[in-house]
Amino acid sequence: MRVGSTLNIALRALRRNKMRSVLTALGIIIGVAAVIAMVGIGNGAKAQVEAQIASLGQNVILIFSGSTTSSGIRTGWGGAGTLKIEDAEAIRREVPGVIGVSEEVVSTTQVAAGNQNWFTRIYGESADYFDIRQWPLADGTPFTDQDVRSANKVCVIGKTTASQIYGNDDPVGQILRIKNVPFTIMGVLTPKGLSTQGVDQDDIVIMPYTSAMKRVVGGTTLRNINVQVGDGSQIAAAQQQIIGLLRQRHNIRPGRDDDFTVRNQQEIADAATATTAVMTVLLGSIAGVSLVVGGIGIMNIMLVSVTERTREIGTRMAVGAHGSDILTQFLIEAVTLSSVGGVIGIIFGIGASQILSSYAHWPTLISISSIVVAFLFSAAVGIFFGFYPARKAAALDPIEALRYE
Amino acid sequence: MKNGGVVNLIEVHKTYHTGDVDVHAVRGVSLEIERGEFVALMGASGSGKSTLMNILGCLDRPTSGRYVLDDADVSELDRDRLADIRNHKLGFVFQSFNLLPRTSARENVELPLLYGTRHLTSVQLREKADAVLASVGLAGREDHHPSQLSGGQQQRVAIARALVNDPEVVLADEPTGNLDSRTSVEIMGIFQQLNNRGITIIMVTHEPDIAAFARRNVVMRDGLILKDFNVTQRFNAATELEKIAPIDSEAES
Repeated sequence: MRVGSTLNIALRALRRNKMRSVLTALGIIIGVAAVIAMVGIGNGAKAQVEAQIASLGQNVILIFSGSTTSSGIRTGWGGAGTLKIEDAEAIRREVPGVIGVSEEVVSTTQVAAGNQNWFTRIYGESADYFDIRQWPLADGTPFTDQDVRSANKVCVIGKTTASQIYGNDDPVGQILRIKNVPFTIMGVLTPKGLSTQGVDQDDIVIMPYTSAMKRVVGGTTLRNINVQVGDGSQIAAAQQQIIGLLRQRHNIRPGRDDDFTVRNQQEIADAATATTAVMTVLLGSIAGVSLVVGGIGIMNIMLVSVTERTREIGTRMAVGAHGSDILTQFLIEAVTLSSVGGVIGIIFGIGASQILSSYAHWPTLISISSIVVAFLFSAAVGIFFGFYPARKAAALDPIEALRYE
Repeated sequence: MKNGGVVNLIEVHKTYHTGDVDVHAVRGVSLEIERGEFVALMGASGSGKSTLMNILGCLDRPTSGRYVLDDADVSELDRDRLADIRNHKLGFVFQSFNLLPRTSARENVELPLLYGTRHLTSVQLREKADAVLASVGLAGREDHHPSQLSGGQQQRVAIARALVNDPEVVLADEPTGNLDSRTSVEIMGIFQQLNNRGITIIMVTHEPDIAAFARRNVVMRDGLILKDFNVTQRFNAATELEKIAPIDSEAES
């Protein structure tokens, strides 16, 4: 009924003890700033990992030859050449929902042009690869299905490879010698940066897998098959069908292990983001501890304040304050300290993470939700730690409070 | 003025239970105080005068008996109703002033208004507080903090605070206990002025010199009223001040 007056009273009381109010709020300021900055760092790292995962492409299923759990001898992913070109074609033909398939072979070798040479990775892929990986070209055109069918001596190269061999010159249309075979460069890929494993994804030459198998890598088996599904909800079903299809094609009897491994992008993403999520939680909880310590600081000061202001409370009661007025006053004092501290802490936290990202080059990400949560939490800290002292004040007997020395 | 008295105590008892022993602080007091009276409540410590004062001030309830204040029985009211009665009908003046520290005289006087049922704007609060401060001779000191005021001035702020809600009764508990004799007389002067304006004052004191400024003295002993009489040779604050003044000027020279 008189919240306005009580608010006024509480703010006057805080103003009377400026230094103490500031120092009490400081505990919350530091706590909230720490939470905001730490969660910002954690979220920044998570966002970075997620962006790297997303660069793998969307709704992608990866099939590796060899198995992690092959009975007897464990060959590891891509170890045994069990995937055939026909397997990929069967997937393309028979699994519903599949919108892209890329047969992949990989090798590392020396490439050269003019008097420059460079050791890089050679990827053999189908023409679907650029769509699957969502990897457009910065310059030139990608190779086509026709190039794949004819095993043409064409390739596209990554930014790093381009700058290592051609410097600032335009590589499109130039000849690149790979194992002494001249390949025509059709285009340069847009930079993708480092992968989650820290590999430079732009240090690469991509060519039709047919050309790679014939002229560079050799052999008749694929390292893996990249499959893209049109709709995220179809991934699980497509994955099951691929497993069934390949088991049938490879004549694997029921009860025996697969000679291939299927992973979808979501599983890879989950594993990677789980790590950063743990880090965020860890950083956030450590910072959260300081927020709780700040709350205990508020409780401590409020308790001291109740004792110190016993006569004041008695006087207030003598002139007509209800117990509830006193309770509200002390609660408002505590919540004001904690929420004002929270707001300042949010500002400091944002500032701290800005400084970290600009000077230490750590990616930070401050979300609206973390700001709202931090503010609500700091207000809740005020209510939680302010309630006990406030109730103690409200329960005082006015006669004894007036007589208190 | 129905029933004649603004304050009516009827067979009031107050018993405290401390451990196994019952302490009968007030043992059957009946007292009627008319509107416009100036009563000094006297007695040695342990006489029950403080307990009676707490009951009169609605800070405590009688164990038995009735207390009728301004035609309303307040002996059975709960904590919050008593707080409202204190806010509307009573004004308190304490021995140690009980002003809020680091708070201006004006804000101290505004305090009872903040706990009132009427909602006043900050301008109204300010006007009302300043007017009451002026009436106790503190015009121009509204922004002073208690630490910047003398004892007598602080007690005036406290009196202004007691008056700001236009109470039926002003209760003063040893109002001169912390003041020197000259300032004490000044405060008594203010009380006499207020009383002449028709305000009812009940004052606890153990000093006969101070009680002599009142119109009526009630003396307590062992929880009962021992004597109740009208003051025949009443002190007048103005004349008493004149007597003190020459002594002061001699002391200073």
